[in-house]
Amino acid sequence: MSSIRQLRTKTLVLVVLMVAASSVGDIFLKQGMDRIPVHLDMASLGFAFAQTVASGPIWLGIACLLVSFVLYLMLLSWADYSYVMPVSSFGYAVVALLAVLVLGESVTLGRWAGVGLICVGVGLVGRTEPRTTGAS
Amino acid sequence: MRLLIFLLVAVLASTAGEIAITHGMKKVGGPEHLAPRAIVAFLGRALGSGWFWLGTLLSALYFYAMLALLSWAPVSLIVPATALSYAVGVLGAKLLLSERVSPGRWAGVALVCAGVALAWVA
Repeated sequence: MSSIRQLRTKTLVLVVLMVAASSVGDIFLKQGMDRIPVHLDMASLGFAFAQTVASGPIWLGIACLLVSFVLYLMLLSWADYSYVMPVSSFGYAVVALLAVLVLGESVTLGRWAGVGLICVGVGLVGRTEPRTTGAS
Repeated sequence: MRLLIFLLVAVLASTAGEIAITHGMKKVGGPEHLAPRAIVAFLGRALGSGWFWLGTLLSALYFYAMLALLSWAPVSLIVPATALSYAVGVLGAKLLLSERVSPGRWAGVALVCAGVALAWVA
């Protein structure tokens, strides 16, 4: 049974890293794009694109999202899809928290209630066996 | 009607894409240990997998279906509706990948679905 516990620990640690990377990546993208005015005509779209390519936060965001994707592929190489997918939805909670703390956005009570439900759901799925197919 | 069809396309394409990627990753096998060299070797195997590229193609289809949906309807309608893909994903994993989904896991997924829908509607 200790091997199941080991697998679960390894899986959850990677899920936390994956969610952290994608959440931080999203926040970087948001911060980067906030500094770039986007209007819907060809000239300013081209200008906005040039500014995007030259933006440090945008590249940091892309790097974070790439790291997150690699961790996702690694997770799926040993854990169930029906485990990884619901468990990683606790990213909603992380993004809500970061949006309030870093970006100073306000989050409604109803939205916190939804985040609460997600966390309870993640707790339930997290306790199940991470891998139910084949031998690892 | 158009909305419903594209919603169906989006949910099915994203689920099928993720399931293809999962199948591919199981086939190529994970990194032997969590060290940089083993992880790079794993990435090489992953990028050489046809299932990975099929999954990526389906994800692109999902992306375009989402763009179309977002151009017709508000995000606050589209995102809660795509919370459905959590349930469809688990069903697909059970039927196509033979993962065993315990009642506890189903209950957790149902709560996540409800939570995502609520967080966006509220």
